[in-house]
Amino acid sequence: MVELVLFVIFGLAAVFGGITMVWARNPVYSAMGLMLSMFSIAVFYVSNAGHFIAMVQVIIYAGAVMTLFLFVIMLIGVDKAEDRSENLPVQRPLALGLLVLFGAGVLLAGRLAWTTGPRSGGSEVNGTIEAIGDAVFRRWLLPFEVTALLLIIAAAGAMALAYFRTGEEEA
Amino acid sequence: MNGGLIEILVSAAILLPLGGTVVLLAFGKRLGEPLAGWLATATAGLAFVGAAVAALDFLRGTGDAHTITWFEWLPAFGVDASLLWDPLSAVMTLVVSGVGSLIHLYSIGYMHGDPRYGRFFAYMNLFVTSMLILVLADNFAVLFVGWELVGLSSYLLISFWFEKPSAAAAGKKAFVVNRVGDVGFLVALMAIFAAFGSFGFHEVFEAAPDELTRGAATAITLLLLVGAAGKSAQLPLYVWLPDAMEGPTPVSALIHAATMVTAGVYLVARTGALFELAPVSAGIVATVGAATALYAATIALGQRDIKRVLAYSTISQLGYMFLAVGAAAHVAGIFHLMTHAFFKALLFLGAGSVIHAMAGEQDMRKMGGLRKAMPVTFGTMLVAYLAISGIPPFAGFWSKDEILASVFERGGAWYALWAVGLVTAMLTAFYMGRMMIMTFAGKPRWDDGVHPHESPAVMTVPLVVLGVASFAGGFVNTPFALGLEHFLEPAFEGVALTHPPEGLTLWLLAIASVAVALVGVGAAAAVWLGGRAPAEEGAGWEMLRNAYGVDDAYARVFVDGGGATARFTAARFDLGVVDGAVNGIGRLTQWVAARLRPLQTGFVRSYAAAILIGSVALLAWFVSRGAF
Amino acid sequence: MSLEVTPGWYMALAAVLFVIGAAGILLRRNALVMFMSVELMLNAVNLTFVAAGRQLNVIDGQVAVLFVMVVAAAEVVVGLAIIVAVFRRRATASVDELAELRG
Repeated sequence: MVELVLFVIFGLAAVFGGITMVWARNPVYSAMGLMLSMFSIAVFYVSNAGHFIAMVQVIIYAGAVMTLFLFVIMLIGVDKAEDRSENLPVQRPLALGLLVLFGAGVLLAGRLAWTTGPRSGGSEVNGTIEAIGDAVFRRWLLPFEVTALLLIIAAAGAMALAYFRTGEEEA
Repeated sequence: MNGGLIEILVSAAILLPLGGTVVLLAFGKRLGEPLAGWLATATAGLAFVGAAVAALDFLRGTGDAHTITWFEWLPAFGVDASLLWDPLSAVMTLVVSGVGSLIHLYSIGYMHGDPRYGRFFAYMNLFVTSMLILVLADNFAVLFVGWELVGLSSYLLISFWFEKPSAAAAGKKAFVVNRVGDVGFLVALMAIFAAFGSFGFHEVFEAAPDELTRGAATAITLLLLVGAAGKSAQLPLYVWLPDAMEGPTPVSALIHAATMVTAGVYLVARTGALFELAPVSAGIVATVGAATALYAATIALGQRDIKRVLAYSTISQLGYMFLAVGAAAHVAGIFHLMTHAFFKALLFLGAGSVIHAMAGEQDMRKMGGLRKAMPVTFGTMLVAYLAISGIPPFAGFWSKDEILASVFERGGAWYALWAVGLVTAMLTAFYMGRMMIMTFAGKPRWDDGVHPHESPAVMTVPLVVLGVASFAGGFVNTPFALGLEHFLEPAFEGVALTHPPEGLTLWLLAIASVAVALVGVGAAAAVWLGGRAPAEEGAGWEMLRNAYGVDDAYARVFVDGGGATARFTAARFDLGVVDGAVNGIGRLTQWVAARLRPLQTGFVRSYAAAILIGSVALLAWFVSRGAF
Repeated sequence: MSLEVTPGWYMALAAVLFVIGAAGILLRRNALVMFMSVELMLNAVNLTFVAAGRQLNVIDGQVAVLFVMVVAAAEVVVGLAIIVAVFRRRATASVDELAELRG
């Protein structure tokens, strides 16, 4: 019962946030909309017994990533509204058609016995830190190490991009 | 005689000249004159001696045919590299190696001073090897190897003086025309293999009566005739032989008189069992032979070059041999082959002697009166003349008469062919008489500075030997003592041979042929002796001299036609179609690319849309497959 | 009313969010908004993972979400650095201006 209520409320919130993000002229409003969606999704994580990742979602995604977005929006100074006209005439109808098709396809594919049927065997999943840590450091150790490496590379890449820019400008 | 000894002797007959070829190709220059010539003569001579020894059994009538297998060659076709030593191949071997070694000996003197002396003898030995492979073959495959090799040797020797464009062209012509005949031969071989599953003579001839329908036999034998006609210069594939006179005279003597051109006759004789099953083909062979004989004889009458007279004479006499084997008188055919080898080789070598003495002059209008200057040459050539004209008791009479008599014996339509043969005999005596008189008799018509003298001994000795053979060679097979016939009988077991009639008919026929021969001789003497030679001008003479314009016709049709086809193919087809297609692909690619270029809009959003299109398609595909 | 919220519902919702994100990419010109749409799509996928994990009773769904978040964070860092660099050069954040690679 509770879950149903949560689903309806936060589901509507997530969709509303998404539509805001796509529709709003002001990029700051778009960022706000996205943040709303992310919070809603965090709630869904909780109701799906994903406590740890719910926290991660809030802290990293809704916290760090969206804040970074807002910084850049402000930095670049495109907080002004943008022009609404479409210079690729085919794009709007094409997008509409494709998205309807795609959505229909996914929903069709989603009419699966195994998502609507009974759950598989095994104990109910419990998304505590211990459980996730156990999985990551045992079964998924290699991807863990690789993604760690990826983070370093990304950081280095970002620094390089920023550094060269200044270097060139001064030269 | 010990079978092993025969194997060695027969194998040596081929291996010795082969060794000579190899040695002379490698060291010919170092050996130099005259050693190279003596070496080549020795190999041919030893081959002859060995063959003679090996043939003794056959002489006594006690020998069996031997099959000598060298090695397994083509297992897929059941073909070995094997030789057959039977009376027929023995006769051919003896003729080839015997006359061959005499001609080698003669060449030592004739080719004196030539810068490629050693090379010449290497090619001559190669030829002897090839011809022996041909006549000693035990199966069609080995025979074909010899067949092709003699063609190669002929080409090499005709265009020996390749600095002369006419010589090079003549060599090419010989090879190409031979090739036309070879196509027929090859198809015949394929048909034989298809019908019999084997190339071996033994298998094919044994099974022939059972395996072949008349139609199949006719087809195969006609194709064999095409091959034989090419090699033996019969209508319509004779055009290469007169041009082949560009080669040195010993080459003309050996290859284009005594031996290579007889390969076609040998082929028909050897496959007599097949021709027996196809009387139509046999009839065609005989008709072609008779027609060629008459045709060539008329052309010979109009020739001014001494070698060309002899070339057309050879074509004509080969026609006689074809007439014989077509009438299933194989013994007569081989007999004439043998005697013709003697007197025709002699005629050619004598002509060479004359040309040599006349410092290269070959036009008979510039000769005359040579009998005093070159008595030995004259005497031996006179013997050859009497032989070819068919005057008894010289060799040619016995063989030619046996052919004519055997043809007469067949009766019916064959009488016509007999008549043609008879007329041709008269013509033969006539045109050969003309040649002899123009060359040797009367007053000299020599150019200034020409001092003819008799040739050295190394050249005159072979002339004398061949002269003796041209006189006495006929005695091996007279109606009184059928030596050759008994000798060859075992080789033609199972084939119904035609024999000449006996008794009064035979005498009457003999008298008839002698009569026409004498008429020919007399007419020649009447016309040309005594200095009253006709001018030989006018349309009729022109036509004969031009060989009825056949060469020109062939040139227009085949050479020009071929050239036009080649030009069309090169320009229109190759450039237009092939290059066009390839270039067209390039243009097509460019066109497609131009059409596709607008897809690259440069806008990220278009690309995103494209990705989404792809995903939708994939999704639809998966869903439709029920992959979920 | 005892209507149970099965994982299938969450997946359906995730599909809707995904489509909304795709719409954002196709229809907006602002590079930053497009990037945010990508983030929305990633989130939708994460939701799918979690729901599936719950259906199958394995923890691996959530582990996957963890990794996706890590990679998405790295991607955002680099992507924003690029956008900033481009903006410094061209003074525009509209992707339609960046069409040099047109054929």
